[in-house]
Amino acid sequence: MRRYIFQRIWTSLLTLFVVITLTFFMMRAIPGGPFTDEKGIPPHIMAKILERYRLNDPLHVQYGRYLWDVLRFDLGPSYRYEGMTVNELIANSFPVSLLVGSMALALALGVGIPAGIVSALRRGKWQDRSAMVLATLGITIPNFVIATALVYIFAYRLGWVTVGFWEGLPTAFLPALTLSGYPMAFISRLTRSSMLEVIQQDYIRTAYSKGLRERTVVYIHALRNAIIPVITYLGPLTAGILTGSFVVEQVFGVPGLGTFFVSSISNRDYTTIMGVTIFYSALLVSLNLLVDICLGFIDPRIKLS
Amino acid sequence: MAPTENVRPDLNDPTLFEPVSETEKRSADYIRPSMSYWQDAWRRLRSDKLALLGLLVILLVFALALLGPWFSAWTYDAQNFMEANEPPSWNHLFGTDMFGRDLFVRVLYGARISLAVGLVASFINLTIGVIYGGVSGFVGGRLDNFMMRVVDTIHSVPLMIYVILLMVVVGPGLKSIFLTLGISYWASMARIVRSEVMRLRNEEFILAARVLGASGWRILLRHLIPNAMGPILVTLTFSIPQAIFAEAFLSFVGLGVSAPMASWGVLSNDAIGTLGIYPWQLFFPAMAISVTILAFNFLGDGLRDALDPRLRK
Repeated sequence: MRRYIFQRIWTSLLTLFVVITLTFFMMRAIPGGPFTDEKGIPPHIMAKILERYRLNDPLHVQYGRYLWDVLRFDLGPSYRYEGMTVNELIANSFPVSLLVGSMALALALGVGIPAGIVSALRRGKWQDRSAMVLATLGITIPNFVIATALVYIFAYRLGWVTVGFWEGLPTAFLPALTLSGYPMAFISRLTRSSMLEVIQQDYIRTAYSKGLRERTVVYIHALRNAIIPVITYLGPLTAGILTGSFVVEQVFGVPGLGTFFVSSISNRDYTTIMGVTIFYSALLVSLNLLVDICLGFIDPRIKLS
Repeated sequence: MAPTENVRPDLNDPTLFEPVSETEKRSADYIRPSMSYWQDAWRRLRSDKLALLGLLVILLVFALALLGPWFSAWTYDAQNFMEANEPPSWNHLFGTDMFGRDLFVRVLYGARISLAVGLVASFINLTIGVIYGGVSGFVGGRLDNFMMRVVDTIHSVPLMIYVILLMVVVGPGLKSIFLTLGISYWASMARIVRSEVMRLRNEEFILAARVLGASGWRILLRHLIPNAMGPILVTLTFSIPQAIFAEAFLSFVGLGVSAPMASWGVLSNDAIGTLGIYPWQLFFPAMAISVTILAFNFLGDGLRDALDPRLRK
């Protein structure tokens, strides 16, 4: 097990390196640069700017320097947000995304899994029907529509919350609710379908015929196997949800990380693109490692090494 | 003690065997007509009313998207400021938008784009995603580690970078969106199939298939993947709307289809600002998305039951 984890950490670092390299060169292949301006900056000023950010050096020199900086956890200065380093940018906005994201995640898991279990056990009954209709609505309604509807009801009609500027926890509920819609629906469907498969199996019949209570059979015996696809999905989901969503942040005025993902690419803000991508990638890779280790614990038949 | 060689009979000795009688032969015959996996699945799908309804709606939406615009008096890009923002009427079934364009025709045209995106996404998920994840989970070990890190890498590079780069290479428009979907849209499917295959590959029925001499590909395609059909179809029915929304998002930031062409996502996006005044402009495109996705869900549920080998009768 320990050997497996070491090997995985090593390959994860390798993955990060490949991601950095790929993103670095792909990004530079995109036409336009961070200081391309429609108004046209005079050439001598442009030369000064490029010199200051050392963008005049050959690409491989810049690449080598960037790698060296990343090794020392220095993601460089932002080209667009003046006077800010990418480290500060992430440090400022990640806690916000983390707060909204973990609330959304808790909601998605806390509602999604029980809903999936109940609808699998009461298959075809009204509980199943209503849970699945809700789940279908959860994916069919685009999140910008959900967001707009929530703003209309809770902020405009009822006036319970203010929207548009960030005040911490009280303003985090609506974005979290919006963000949780899709994963909640997906998790409940996933739980339902794999639960349906598991409860047909012989060992479940054995457990029932031993005289165990339904609750014990479902939560101790069945859920353990049925939860596996959900756990697998949790890796990418958590990474995605914790790094924020562009649309939700735009509608609710949440100063999270998601906006940088989009705006930095449109702005060709090279260091911010790189920094945010590396951050996301590191999160994703480590969460997937965590997921694989958890899978091994939950189902000992899954042999990892 | 008797000599032990008598315990094992000589199988070449013809006196030890006698031919099977006719009645005994018949007892081993199958009474049920032999049916392939897919024949059986189709037979079960046919009896599922909700799934058939889903299939019917999908076919209808396709037919409308392909043929509908021919039968309409309006075109998707003709502007008429005298009729801007009109509510639904017999003249304009879904009303008009802020430029006076007929919303019904625009929704029909949007269907072409959104359905194409959804179809491409599901095709990629079913081919690349399922096979990639299946091989990774089935072979395991080093290859699995390598293949999954490739998925991590692909998943890590922001979607927009692919799109912008592909736009530079193949030109703007739908082609670059399709290619982007092809590059990056099978990651979660591959992960889910992998974990299902890892769970199933040590079960007895796989051992049985192995003992019978089935090849690796046969075990993967005929035994492992059919047993993972539930999660696969759920992931699939969810990846179609996700792809449709991804296209909407890309168009929203200016990287998708360009005006006056519009997909369902773009139409809904455009209508949000004026939701309070002209609600039908959002209602109809959102309705189109919802009905189509609902139909895909019904069909997906029916397929799940029809393809599950354990429910075979």
